[in-house]
Amino acid sequence: MRSLFRSSSPFKPSPFRMLVSYLILGSWAFLILFPLYWLFITAFKLPAAVNNGPFYIPFVDFEPSLHAWEYVLGEVGNDTIRLFTNTVGVSLISATLALVIGSGAAYALTRFRFRPKVGTILIFVGCVMLAIALTALGAPWLLSVAVGVALFVISLFTLARRFKRTLGNSDIAFWLISQRILPPVAVVIPIYIAFQQLRLLDTWAALILTYVATNLPIVVWLMRDYFANIPYELEESAQIDGASRFRIFNQIVLPLSVPGLVATFLFVLVFCWNEYLLALFLTNARAQTMPLAVVAQNATRGPQWWYMSVLVLIMIVPVIAMAIALERYIARGLLVGAVKG
Amino acid sequence: MATITSPAGVSAARARVSPSERLAPAAFILPAVLVVLLISIFPLILSLFLSLSRLRFQAGGLEVQFVGLDNYRKLLLGNEQKVLFGTLAEPSLFGWVILAVVGAALASGLYRAARHQPAIAIVGRVFASALLLGLTYLIVATLFAPEGRPGTLVVTMLYVTVGITLQYLIGLGLALLCAQPLPGRRFFRVVFLLPMMITPVGVGYLFRMLADTNKGPLEPLWIALGMQDFAWSNNAWGARVAVMIGDIWQWTPFMFIVLLAAIEAQEVEPVEAAIVDGAGSLDIFRHITLPAILPVSTTLILIRMIEAFKIIDLPNILTNGGPGTATETLTLYAYRIWRALDIGGSAAIAYILLFLVTFIATLYVRTLRSRLGTT
Repeated sequence: MRSLFRSSSPFKPSPFRMLVSYLILGSWAFLILFPLYWLFITAFKLPAAVNNGPFYIPFVDFEPSLHAWEYVLGEVGNDTIRLFTNTVGVSLISATLALVIGSGAAYALTRFRFRPKVGTILIFVGCVMLAIALTALGAPWLLSVAVGVALFVISLFTLARRFKRTLGNSDIAFWLISQRILPPVAVVIPIYIAFQQLRLLDTWAALILTYVATNLPIVVWLMRDYFANIPYELEESAQIDGASRFRIFNQIVLPLSVPGLVATFLFVLVFCWNEYLLALFLTNARAQTMPLAVVAQNATRGPQWWYMSVLVLIMIVPVIAMAIALERYIARGLLVGAVKG
Repeated sequence: MATITSPAGVSAARARVSPSERLAPAAFILPAVLVVLLISIFPLILSLFLSLSRLRFQAGGLEVQFVGLDNYRKLLLGNEQKVLFGTLAEPSLFGWVILAVVGAALASGLYRAARHQPAIAIVGRVFASALLLGLTYLIVATLFAPEGRPGTLVVTMLYVTVGITLQYLIGLGLALLCAQPLPGRRFFRVVFLLPMMITPVGVGYLFRMLADTNKGPLEPLWIALGMQDFAWSNNAWGARVAVMIGDIWQWTPFMFIVLLAAIEAQEVEPVEAAIVDGAGSLDIFRHITLPAILPVSTTLILIRMIEAFKIIDLPNILTNGGPGTATETLTLYAYRIWRALDIGGSAAIAYILLFLVTFIATLYVRTLRSRLGTT
């Protein structure tokens, strides 16, 4: 535990090395901050100040104006607030759910051995394909699903016994991450149809469900590495004392993993917060999120840079605040076991 | 669906396992598997169907017509082939050298495998080697050929390779510097994290502002270089570099923060011992730090690779895929013909991407498993 609080290089670098380090770090910081500075001043520029060539310093080069802020927060303020609420609500709930479900799975993958049978998987995929084909041929989808489920159960007890090959935990993990390979453009139509049938389009539920599913693999992968480094002896002794698995998970493993959990939470939150394409298709008015508003400023009159800048700034301020608040955890906690046995 | 055997490593008190304990493994993993199945498998299979059919939007709704492999044929052999693969041409001398080196490496790998492995593994290897050689030829004949022009497939791979290499190296360098006990390093950490927090569409528009040679902040620089009339939308390589810079700007933070965490978490004692023994910082990095962060690096690169292959927002907003299709990625290509209502063709591109990434990712994981013994 103690190594956690010490720096990895125990000796102070020489003055020359410090100077070089600061020079490199400073230049990268400049490369990061300059675009953000440009974004920031653009939010206070009148259209003329943007369109008539570059102006760098407010009050010197150009007269700052609050017109874009007045438009975004005043004129269309109700819309902005609604979109902002949606973004906050959807991403907080999605990130929390993904973290809860995903860390459970990550824990299971590091502590238990699973052996899914190849046969079962093939039969399952076959039944899903059959159900979809039936629906495509015109059968009501409830009926097709029922046929698929029935066939799956029947084959599970007959055919599946013939297949002996099994897969392992790393295959499950790879399968999970492989679910992220297909680009959103390809999955958006099927998801759209599914939510249309469930009458969930343009609701938080549709976005949350999609975001949880798309971000689960990341949670599982990041937390799996983390749990693998937590010494097993603690859990073993707790088990001998009669503690249940859930209790061990809740009271020993999770408290030891707070840094990793916080870092993963922040990652997933940012991904949901910023997601554009799925939100574009799954919402049309009530459940729209902020990235849609940013793109919507590229109207027929050309990009409205000033409104865009304001919206992007509104979007990043809460995330930056969180990042600063949680920085100590992220730095310490990501991925690798800070708690080496 | 998972058959669960005894928990690994738990031998104590196995005789009196309560039912809730026996169900624990399933209870932990099933929610995740079910959610992913529910949301992922259905779209996966349905888009496979879509990629095999032609969709027409009509007054009453959708009309689906099964066309077999027609969409794939159009992409791989038909009139869309030039967009996907680009223009292939006679490679330069350097191109031939690359091709020969890759070919020789694959052949020697096959030869070694042929002596030790069973026949079924050889078939897989031959297939993988042939595919790799084909990809190499495609890259060589479009990028390393005077007359060649890369298609979306090669452009995507270019973004992924260049982007991930530079992001990893820059991220690692910054993480090493930030791990030193410097005053004020917390400031740098937070600042370096910022680009990741911005929505990708926002980054696209931000870089479009910055890249503007007339009204952008770099105008004095363009004038000094005599490039004030230079238009990104007219120069293929200029536009590609612009997209790559934006991508590196946005995603280096991810590499940086994860690597920093890995470096900070390594054990102190070996480093202290090495310093006492008089080892230089380069030796310490090579023999202590690098092995310690290698497992994390492999996971990190895999996750980033999968995400990077889906790059769409940046080229879409920054260059709109242009000039022509010079900066277009596979996902953007799928999106473009999606908007042209060719849903089947779009799904087919997505499936080609799925095939390509699965192939590369599997290869990557297998190679690592045999080299490092980890995943």
